[in-house]
Amino acid sequence: MDYNVKLENFEGPLDLLLYLVRKNEIDIEQIPVITITTQYMEYLEIMKVLNLDIAGEFLVVAATLLYLKSRALLPACENDEDSEEAKNTLEDLKRQLLEYQQYKEAGMVIGARALLGREIFVRLDSDPVMKAAQNVEGPLEVSLFELVDAFRVLLQRIPAESFHDVAPGDSLSIADCINEILSLLQEQDTVQFDDLVRDELTRERVIVTFLALLELCRLKLIRIFQGSEFGQIWFVPAVAADSDEGELP
Amino acid sequence: MNSELSSIIESLIFSAEAPLSIDRLCELLGEFERDQIKSAVAELVEYYQERAGGFDLAEVAGGWQFRTRPAFHGFITRHIKTRTARFSQSALETLAIVAYRQPVTRAEVEHLRGVDCGGVLKSLLEKHLVRILGKKDIPGRPLIYGTSKDFLEVFGLKDLKSLPTLKEIQALDAVPQYERQEELQLETGTVIEVENQLPFE
Repeated sequence: MDYNVKLENFEGPLDLLLYLVRKNEIDIEQIPVITITTQYMEYLEIMKVLNLDIAGEFLVVAATLLYLKSRALLPACENDEDSEEAKNTLEDLKRQLLEYQQYKEAGMVIGARALLGREIFVRLDSDPVMKAAQNVEGPLEVSLFELVDAFRVLLQRIPAESFHDVAPGDSLSIADCINEILSLLQEQDTVQFDDLVRDELTRERVIVTFLALLELCRLKLIRIFQGSEFGQIWFVPAVAADSDEGELP
Repeated sequence: MNSELSSIIESLIFSAEAPLSIDRLCELLGEFERDQIKSAVAELVEYYQERAGGFDLAEVAGGWQFRTRPAFHGFITRHIKTRTARFSQSALETLAIVAYRQPVTRAEVEHLRGVDCGGVLKSLLEKHLVRILGKKDIPGRPLIYGTSKDFLEVFGLKDLKSLPTLKEIQALDAVPQYERQEELQLETGTVIEVENQLPFE
């Protein structure tokens, strides 16, 4: 047996209710609870048959509708608290539907606009030539995060240490390292981060170098640059070569 | 268009990456009066309108920007890959609620739509159409959402006030409702053009 079910994709219980209201060509204000409830339950049944996922919200509204239907079937008695409550529930539901309808339509109106990237286009700004030209003018200043990242990359490159190493005889001090860096900067104007640790790629060396650089930065003796995103990090003396050794700690 | 000032402004807008506001123009062109700049911009707008060429000078997100005319999108998309995917109904509904009701919490959006909106809100946040404005001072301190500048740019709005009001949208409904609904998601240019003229001009 094959059956013909045309089921639209509903965004939620309110969407389904609104669809039913429109299908029946009725006004939300005069919603016939019994008819709508029956149809709503039919749709849920179909969704179940089709193995569609029925969200919990559908069931909440179903419960409300069934409650309203049961109230509508009972003879109404005056001053009954329950029927008063049912009336309020119905009013709430109507209000919710009206509001939902408003926003659904607003969404359609917004979506029908000529959209940037769909109907309307602007000049593309990411011209590689322009970008390159901007980069040539001056290196980007590096954020601390990028510096830490470069450090992390370096640490990853260091071979894993064996655990039963005897402690090395002479340990490296940050002051020594600062001196090394400064004397290196006297010989050449710019230094790469990689160059500083190339000869001796150990965890200790890298950490001490990193701390030395941060200290130099804090003392405003050097400036740190990066040529491009994720590129090499460079150091240059912050001031011209005249005030180098005098300010050392 | 003849004054030198409008030519200067034209060059600024042309080379800018984002819409240029009058404030920014005044900042850049300190040697001119604000009134002069305003009337020069108006002159430019008029010039491009009369010219009726492939693009227009449009006011979006509080600034001025050159934008192609919607009528030609079919040709443009032949060589430009469009990145704005079409919006699902749930995305548009959520966006509408956020746009009209902002600042709004997720619970409020969900109450209005009757369904869970976490996923939709997240994807709108990722597309930078919606942004987090802060936290509401009620128990639980829920996040409050509003639309972003990108929202104005993507939807070609001058500011939030230029959104059609909900009343205007309801007035549109005088036309049979079901037919409007059918036309919704169509990608073909003709339908959208016609619809587009309605509320905004």
